Amino acid sequence: MANDLAISVQGLTKVYQSKGSGEKRAVDGIDLEVKVGEIFAILGPNGAGKTTTVEILEGYRGRDGGEVRVLGQDPANLGNESWAWRNKIGIVLQSTNDSQDLSVAETVHHFANYYSNPRDPESVIHEVGLEEKADARIQSLSGGQRRRLDVALGIVGNPEILFLDEPTTGFDPEARRAFWDLIRKLRGEGTTILLTTHYLDEAEALADRVAVIVDGKIIEVSTPENFGGRNTAKARINWFENGSRQELASDSPTAEVAKLAARFNGEVPELTVVRPSLEDIYLKMIGNS
Amino acid sequence: MKPNMVKVGFLRGGLEIKQFMRQRESVVFTLLFPVILLFIFGSVFKGQVGQSNVTFSQYFLSGMIASGLVNTGFQQLAIMIPIERDFGTLKRLRGTPISPVSYFIGKMILVFTAMIVQITALLVFGVAFFGLNLPTTIDKWFRFIWLILLGSICSAILGIAFSAVPKNGRGASAVVSPIVIILQFFSGVFFVFSDLPTWMQQFAALFPLKWLTQGMRSVFLPDGFAAQEVAKSWEISRIAIVLIIWAIAGTILALRSFKWSEK
Repeated sequence: MANDLAISVQGLTKVYQSKGSGEKRAVDGIDLEVKVGEIFAILGPNGAGKTTTVEILEGYRGRDGGEVRVLGQDPANLGNESWAWRNKIGIVLQSTNDSQDLSVAETVHHFANYYSNPRDPESVIHEVGLEEKADARIQSLSGGQRRRLDVALGIVGNPEILFLDEPTTGFDPEARRAFWDLIRKLRGEGTTILLTTHYLDEAEALADRVAVIVDGKIIEVSTPENFGGRNTAKARINWFENGSRQELASDSPTAEVAKLAARFNGEVPELTVVRPSLEDIYLKMIGNS
Repeated sequence: MKPNMVKVGFLRGGLEIKQFMRQRESVVFTLLFPVILLFIFGSVFKGQVGQSNVTFSQYFLSGMIASGLVNTGFQQLAIMIPIERDFGTLKRLRGTPISPVSYFIGKMILVFTAMIVQITALLVFGVAFFGLNLPTTIDKWFRFIWLILLGSICSAILGIAFSAVPKNGRGASAVVSPIVIILQFFSGVFFVFSDLPTWMQQFAALFPLKWLTQGMRSVFLPDGFAAQEVAKSWEISRIAIVLIIWAIAGTILALRSFKWSEK
């Protein structure tokens, strides 16, 4: 296996036995490669298999088939390497509600003791923007602050890989921007980041590459710019004429707009020109499969 | 360098105690409940046990101390750990390099601290208001200390082992509490053990609480009272053996059955 891969997955499957309806293939033959130092986003609707996949990579769940390597180790079979491996992994789970009676500082300082080479807890608290809440009890934090504490606990061990499972669910827009800045900063320091999200703007803002999972299968892996052929898709030109909206799809929108301008002899009423958004492509993609 | 497992365990112990002290209900319950029970039983049952000169309050004090070990160890952990599983505490820990052994050590320290506080409260209250007699010989104090040590290890480790049984935190108390209460009745905590039906005595003899209670009586009651025991003796070495067997069995069970998460 190449050394520049932080995560490699081949043919991963996970089957759940469900009462009545027999078995459900929650993960159905996934292949995945995440390079060292990249931010990789997994997108998909609820129940698509994102969390199951990530929890297999984190060593929380076993698998029913396929090969998995995370930092060169099989998370389901760590043996004596368990401690050394976990020492290099940071995990931010989907939702937690623990340590209500401790303060932010007490919790971050305590978790730093578990690792061989932790970050300075004080600067971690500062980085996630909780310095004003450092002495506050966890039960008094807002949802967004709580999530930032989760991230603080995920990074205090100075991990090589950080797993983030839907990290900004419930954030207000400002908190999300601040959070994205933090994630970019971590990438800048060389941390590999695997992120699941169902926010397309989040994937677009952060990820170097995006994978889409639907029904346990990966249906696309690409950069956000080239996602679903977005870079080569036709642009849509919209204007108002003869009492209704007119639309035209074109590979050469500039020429079409010039033609329209000539026809109207100046301003084209209510003119818009749009490329398909990531969301348009994504919705079409998961709708088709 | 890899952090020391025992040191991390002690750090967890400190954190557990901090969390415990900040939950006022649990502090009040742990401290006051046994004292209230001693007060009720001491007030209702006046006079002496059987033909002896031992007061009922003195008899119940032994039982309350023994069952205090079961409350702060077995009962507390078997209820608390499923709640921690629900809240994601254990899942988060499992995602870090911490060893389960450190987690167990932390719990032991919590149990031990809560228990020392509880026993002190019982002794102070008992001596001040019920004229209870404390042991007068070094021998008995020494026995008292090893009974507390062995009893709390046994109780805590069985609590960790049993924490795998309740399906979730909400139901844990309903599963665990009746077991403890029945054992208390069967083991001579609320009644004079030798007055109980034989089948109840024999059933209780399978579990550690009966032996702990008997051990505590040997500490707090005069030596002559041994003749009134079912076996006509305190059976000190048998008590030690039973507790050690349960502690070993509990450790094996805890290591095998302990679950970081619900699935």
